[in-house]
Amino acid sequence: MSVKVEQLTKVYGEQKAVDQISFTAHAGRVLGFLGPNGAGKSTTMKIVSCFIPPTAGRASLCGFDVAKDPMEVRRNLGYLPEHNPLYLDMYVKESLSFIANIHQLANKKRRIDEVIELTGLRAEQHKKIGALSKGYRQRVGLAQAMIHDPQVLILDEPTSGLDPNQLIEIRNLIKTLGETKTVILSTHIMQEVEAICDDVVIINKGKVVANQELVGLKNTHKNQSLENIFLTLTKSSSFL
Amino acid sequence: MLSIFNKEISGFLNSLVAYITIGVFLLVMGLLLWVFPDSSILEYGYAGLDSLFNTAPYLFMFLIPAITMRTFAEESREGTFELLATRPLTDWHIVLGKYLASLMIVLFALLPTLIYYITVYHLGAVKGNIDTGAVIGSYIGLFLLGAAFVSIGIFASAITNNQIIAFTIAVFLCFFCFIGFDSISQLLSLQTVDTYITALGINEHYQSISRGVLDTRDLVYFLSFIAVFLVITKTILGGRKW
Repeated sequence: MSVKVEQLTKVYGEQKAVDQISFTAHAGRVLGFLGPNGAGKSTTMKIVSCFIPPTAGRASLCGFDVAKDPMEVRRNLGYLPEHNPLYLDMYVKESLSFIANIHQLANKKRRIDEVIELTGLRAEQHKKIGALSKGYRQRVGLAQAMIHDPQVLILDEPTSGLDPNQLIEIRNLIKTLGETKTVILSTHIMQEVEAICDDVVIINKGKVVANQELVGLKNTHKNQSLENIFLTLTKSSSFL
Repeated sequence: MLSIFNKEISGFLNSLVAYITIGVFLLVMGLLLWVFPDSSILEYGYAGLDSLFNTAPYLFMFLIPAITMRTFAEESREGTFELLATRPLTDWHIVLGKYLASLMIVLFALLPTLIYYITVYHLGAVKGNIDTGAVIGSYIGLFLLGAAFVSIGIFASAITNNQIIAFTIAVFLCFFCFIGFDSISQLLSLQTVDTYITALGINEHYQSISRGVLDTRDLVYFLSFIAVFLVITKTILGGRKW
């Protein structure tokens, strides 16, 4: 029971961005967090990663409550925010070593080499982040998220902007990570969900509309394609 | 905190910001003290550094906001603040790391002016005829004044994600806190409480330390001034949580 979200609600002014959602993500599994734009995916992820507090409800990560134990939560979490913010005037290695210092890693040098290898940044490791293409910046973001070997990875659209070759590499990487850790990832690409996710949570207008195993979800909807399931479940939000 | 401090320092040194602000500060200081006849030490005739300590606050008023304007404004504009805030760092680590790094740059700007002291020391009609106590006091005062301005600059940078706005607000606040209170206290209707109002301003305490007497009241004033602005800054950063 790595990540547990219970009755989570977030209100921005008049608008309810997230409305009493509950789900659980387990270790050794990849959870796909889906929903149309503005459904509240990023808000939920920001709450679980202790960036903003919930209006109501609880969220915990590895048994640590986000409200009571934010430091422990942050130590056990690797978070890749949406739009992947990076320090563009830092070098790749410099930014990784900055993050490694924050986490006070013991084998800094070795670990940096490891993540550079894992994310396929070897050829670009001496460049400035600002000089990298979008796909490589995304890899730097991923490398930063996993450098301290966290138990839980929350990745907000980790594969946006990647070319088809990079897509496959990064998906494989996420799948490998998911074998031992808890991974929650949001995406708009349905093939990606079918390729790497074990569980699926679909939210629409801040409410959970589906929450089960990928296989189970397909069975209940008579083996339709995931795309169709997604469309049926989130239809109310489409323009009429 | 140390990792934030290091990152900020190398950020300053890898960009032109630090070199240009320090360079301009030293250039203007050099011109005013040794070249321009109105304020030149050579024309002045006395072996003292008064013109350094009278002009430096006004230069700091512009240079310190230029150093601090990017600290938080850039992070919130680029979204990298989210990167820091979701790491095992408290808001205090982030605020203090950035504050101390900016203060370090101010100290770097101040250090080379020690050469002026050595120069004047040797230029005195009788060698060494300079009030060393007052100079030491003035340096401490100038450093505390710089520290107060940095706290203002950090605060101004936290309230906006636009660096120009941060700069402008910081310049105004530095100016107002430095001599604004002196001028307000001269208003006729406030004559009865004028000493209290003057005591709110930085200038009063800066002058007092410059005399070479380090009074605990002045020290407490500067430390609480800095603490107030840093607490407000920290509160603003926590504002995403409201």
